Amino acid sequence: MTGPTTPTAAAAVPTGSVPAAALALGDDALVLAQRLGEWAGSAPVLEEEVALANIALDLLGQARVLLSLVGDEDELAYLREERAFRNCQLVEQPNGDFAHTISRQLYFSTYQRLLYGQLAAGDGPFAGLAAKAVKEVAYHQDHAEHWTLRLGDGTEESHRRMQTACDALWRYTGELFQPLDGLGTDTAAMDSAWLDSVTAVLGKAGLTVPAGPRTGAWSAGAGRQGLHTESFGRMLAEMQHLHRSHPGASW
Amino acid sequence: MTTGTAETTAPEGATASQAALEAVFDAAVAADERIEPRDWMPDAYRAGLVRQIAQHAHSEIIGMQPEANWITRAPSLRRKAILMAKVQDEAGHGLYLYSAAETLGTSRDELLDKLHSGRQKYSSIFNYPTLTWADVGAIGWLVDGAAITNQVPLCRCSYGPYARAMVRVCKEESFHQRQGYEALLALSRGTEAQHAMAQDAVDRWWWPSLMMFGPPDDESTHSAQAMAWKIKRHSNDELRQRFVDIAAPQAESLGLTLPDPDLKWNEERGHYDFGPIDWDEFWNVLKGNGPCNEQRLTKRRQAHEDGAWVRDAAAAYAAKHRPATGRDDTHHTGTDAGPHTDGEARA
Repeated sequence: MTGPTTPTAAAAVPTGSVPAAALALGDDALVLAQRLGEWAGSAPVLEEEVALANIALDLLGQARVLLSLVGDEDELAYLREERAFRNCQLVEQPNGDFAHTISRQLYFSTYQRLLYGQLAAGDGPFAGLAAKAVKEVAYHQDHAEHWTLRLGDGTEESHRRMQTACDALWRYTGELFQPLDGLGTDTAAMDSAWLDSVTAVLGKAGLTVPAGPRTGAWSAGAGRQGLHTESFGRMLAEMQHLHRSHPGASW
Repeated sequence: MTTGTAETTAPEGATASQAALEAVFDAAVAADERIEPRDWMPDAYRAGLVRQIAQHAHSEIIGMQPEANWITRAPSLRRKAILMAKVQDEAGHGLYLYSAAETLGTSRDELLDKLHSGRQKYSSIFNYPTLTWADVGAIGWLVDGAAITNQVPLCRCSYGPYARAMVRVCKEESFHQRQGYEALLALSRGTEAQHAMAQDAVDRWWWPSLMMFGPPDDESTHSAQAMAWKIKRHSNDELRQRFVDIAAPQAESLGLTLPDPDLKWNEERGHYDFGPIDWDEFWNVLKGNGPCNEQRLTKRRQAHEDGAWVRDAAAAYAAKHRPATGRDDTHHTGTDAGPHTDGEARA
């Protein structure tokens, strides 16, 4: 960093629609990777240690490519304040129990698969990375769907927990379909395809599609504008602490 | 696969006396043939292998904790990705090793139960805390380095499934070790504070790494038999010396010192001499009195208990959706919820 600028100003939100879109998508992937990284050593079975880390790594890989389109990946990840992050609020939600993590994965990976599917089919600046990412997120969605079925249609307790999780996170899903300049995606079509897909999976799992609103004045969803939920600042404090303690160091 | 398998596994063993079975086994071991799961083997060979492979698997699983401690705080995205991949590999190594142990007639559930109840051990090294980022590099360089020195000879161990698991494990471990060395090198050549961090980590991890080779040869209870059966190929002290000989020059090229005033090259022996190991500390950590023993086991038990409802759900779902073929019904009855979960979770 140079000059008397604050870290926030140095790693400020970029101008231009392509960098702004890359930042939003990169932040989504980075923040969810960080959340999934918190699971390491605590998963319910060893296979899930592998699977959750695998998904986290894919997302971190996406984040690094996307952030590098905007600027220096580490400067962007470690030196921005909470208000300069552009991720949606869904991905920053705490892991909760395994059902909350799976519900978050179901909602987000379904969105990502539709998003990268559209981007890969186009010829915009994201087509190349989307072609790779769409294969990864197809695996993520498959994993989330399988677990949604197992938890929804498993025991009474798992059903109850999965329903609770799906209800709790529902309010964060509308934000996924706010139009993002620079992407050229059809968000209305994505939204309806998302709703169809998630409704089908929840139905197959014996779960009820949550009743609350997904968008609107009092529902959540201003992450793209840099307004986040309370736990996010604490997550960033942990993520950034070491890097910020050694200004200018390389690792 | 040993020859004469059909004979030695004859259902009743009616024609073959114990002595004859042992003779076939001993000959196979002497000829450096691999013993396979269906071959006859002495009960003590089986029990010793279960103990060793289980302890090895447990070490991979508990060993995730000290490193996972830094995943959320890794100082660059590149280092974060490397560390995540490493911890993921460790879970994978645990899976190979539990599978290898299961070929000897035990189950993963049973082994995990023994880990959780303290009836089986894991490597004492993982009872030390990771206090700074540099510890992640020191673990990669020293702890993985010691593990590789121990494990490479196991790729030729007499029990086939264990030897094959070790081939895969060693490839990935060598990669981790190089990454650990490289991470430490970046710190050593970095700012003054980073260099000090690296030196402090090496100071704290050096002696515990030497203890990973186990007690001195004259106090190692299982060694002689394990060597006779070619489970082990070298003694604890031999492997420890080999490790010191490799690590000492590496420390120099890292620009870091090792915390041993007696460490110096001995021209006559062609080896490095090194100072005495604090065996009191070793036995204490082994008995459960190390800095993190309680914390590591508690966290492992907690993860297992917290995950019980998830495993129950997977088992209940599998039972409801089991294909109605006879073969599947006989194959999947009983308490095999684990394998169901496994297959599905990987889908």
